[in-house]
Amino acid sequence: MSDSSEGTGGLTYDKSKRQWPNELNVLAALILIIIIFEILGAIFMQQSLLFDTRDRFDSIFNEARLRIIIIQVAIIGIIALGVTQVIITAGIDLSSGSVVGATAMIAMSFAQVAEVSGSPNPKAIFGAWALDLPVVVPVLVGLGVGMIAGLINGFLIAYSRIPPFIATLGMMLFARGVAQWWSLGNPVSFPTDAYAVIGSGMNPVIIFLGLALLFHFVMNYTVYGKHTYAIGSNEAAARMSGINVPRHLLLVYVIAGALAGLAAVILTSKNLTAQSGMGLSYELEAIAMAVIGGVSLFGGRGSIIGTVIGALIIGVITSGFTFLRLGAYYQEMVLGMIIVGAVALDQWQQKRAAARA
Amino acid sequence: MSDYILETKGLTKHYGGVHALEDANFTLERGEHVAIMGDNGAGKSTFVRQITGVEQRTRGTVVFDKEEVSFAGPLDAREAGIETVFQTLALADDLNVPDNLFLGREKTKWNWLGPFRRLDYKAMRDDTMAGLVKTGVKIPNIRNTIANMSGGQRQCVAIARTATFASKLTIMDEPTAALGVQETAQVENIIRTLKEQGESLILVSHNMRQVFDLVDRIIVFRRGRMVANLRVEDTNGEDVVSYITGAKTGAEFEGAA
Repeated sequence: MSDSSEGTGGLTYDKSKRQWPNELNVLAALILIIIIFEILGAIFMQQSLLFDTRDRFDSIFNEARLRIIIIQVAIIGIIALGVTQVIITAGIDLSSGSVVGATAMIAMSFAQVAEVSGSPNPKAIFGAWALDLPVVVPVLVGLGVGMIAGLINGFLIAYSRIPPFIATLGMMLFARGVAQWWSLGNPVSFPTDAYAVIGSGMNPVIIFLGLALLFHFVMNYTVYGKHTYAIGSNEAAARMSGINVPRHLLLVYVIAGALAGLAAVILTSKNLTAQSGMGLSYELEAIAMAVIGGVSLFGGRGSIIGTVIGALIIGVITSGFTFLRLGAYYQEMVLGMIIVGAVALDQWQQKRAAARA
Repeated sequence: MSDYILETKGLTKHYGGVHALEDANFTLERGEHVAIMGDNGAGKSTFVRQITGVEQRTRGTVVFDKEEVSFAGPLDAREAGIETVFQTLALADDLNVPDNLFLGREKTKWNWLGPFRRLDYKAMRDDTMAGLVKTGVKIPNIRNTIANMSGGQRQCVAIARTATFASKLTIMDEPTAALGVQETAQVENIIRTLKEQGESLILVSHNMRQVFDLVDRIIVFRRGRMVANLRVEDTNGEDVVSYITGAKTGAEFEGAA
C-alpha cells in the first residue's frame, strides 16, 4: 500500500502517481523517426526531409512534402478512426478495404455525368435517371453502403457471437466480390464536377482532421466512448454494469462501416474513377496506424490522437524512403518491423505495469 | 413486527437433481450486519445468487424493503438498492475510479445526444470523493486506472460503490479472500464504517475471527440448508465450527438436515 499521500479519503491528488500519457511515447517515436531521416538525408542527400534548405525566407518548412505526407495518409486515416474504435472494444475489422472497393463502385454509379465532351457517358452503369444527380445522392449512397456492411459485421459479432476476425474476414471476401460483380470488373468513371470537388486538393486532409477532432471528443467525453473502453477492458463487467453490450458493439461497427464508406467516396472523387480493386489492403494499413499509435489489440487502451500520430508515422516513413530514393520493398520491411515492435513495446509496458501493482 | 430490510421464505434452488438450496427462511433487520458461513458447497453463494437475481429461484419468496421482489437480473437488484461486491471483481481495468463507480449509470449532460451525450466528469469526481470519504477508503489518485492498483485498493473501489450510491443492502462475497493482512484490515475498517452509518450488510466469509469482529449474527449453511442462527454474543468459534461440520444443528432447524 502506498501511503505517501496526505489527507484521507483519497482527497489528495498525488502528482508522483500520475500516469504518463501513452500518446507522448508515440509522439516521441514520430520525432525520433523524423530525426533519423534528417540525419540520413543530411549524410546521403545533402538535403532536409521536412525543412526548407533553399534560400527562401517565407517558410522554414518544405511545405510541399508536408502536404504530400498528410494527403497520402488522410483517406486511410479516416478508416483508421473507425478501426481504432473497433480495436478498443477488443475487436478487429478486416473488411474495411473491401468495403471501400464495393462502396467505391456503387457510390460512383450515382455520381456520373450524362455527357462526356458532347457524347453520352460511355461508362454509365444505369440509365439516364441515375446521371447528373445532385452530389448529396452518391455521398449518402456511399455512407449507406458502408453502414450496411458495418451493420452486418456488427450483427454477426454482437448477436450471433461469431468472432470479429471471422465475421469481418467473411465480409472482406464478400464485399470484394460485390465490387467485382457490380460492373463485371469494369471501372466506373466520369463523375460530376460537384462530386469531384470532395476529394480534390487538401479536402481529404480537412475531412480527416475534422473527423479526428470529432471522434477525439466522442471517445473521451461521451457515454459512447466510455462504454467502448469499458467493453474492451472487461466485457463481463460492462454487462454487469447494465451496458447493453450487443447494441453498443453494433453501433461501433456501423460507425466504422460509415467511415469506410466515406473514405471510398473521397477516394473515387480524388481519382475521378472507381475500380473494383480499390482499397486493397487498406484494412491492414488502417490497423497498422492504430497499432503504431498505441491502440492495444487486446482492447481497452488507445486513443484517436495516438492513431493520428500513427498515421503520420506511416506517412513520414513512406515519404522518407522516397526521399532517400530507396525502393518500396525496404519501406514495407521497415513498416512490418515497426508494427511488431509497437506491439512488443505495448506488451512489455503492460507486464511492467502489472509487476508494479 | 421488526423492521426487516430482507426476508426470504422457503427459498429453494435446484440445479436439475442437485438441491443446492432448500427452504431457506432468512431475515435481516435494517442496519444489521449478518455473516453467512458454511463449508464449500454448503449453499452460501447459491443463496446470495438468488437474492441478487444472478439466478432465478426454483421456489420461495423474497421480500426486500417490505415489497415482494423477483429480480430478472443483477441490474434489477442493483436498481432496487442491493449492491453486491462479487468474488470476481466487476471492474474495468483500463478505467479510473470514478469511471468504474459510475459505469452503466454515468452522470451526463446534453442528454438529447442519445448515446453521444456528454459525461459530467466533475459531478462524478465529486460524488466519488464523497463516497470515498464516507467509507474511509484511501486511494492515492482516483484518476489512476484500476490496472495500476493493488488488490486491496481494487476491493476498496468495489466497496466504495455501495457508499456512493446510497444502497439499502450491501452483500459481500468473501471480500478479503485474496488480500494480505494489511489490506484485509483496511477492508474490515470500511465494513465497520458502514455499520456506524446504519448500512445493512450480508457478509459471506470463511474467516472466523473476522466474522466475530464485524457482525451481529451468524447464519450457518450446511448441505443446502440453514442449520443455525446465532447471535455472536451467545456463541463462540468452537460452537460455530460444530454447526458447520454437522456435529450440531440448531434447535429450531431440527430434522432439517
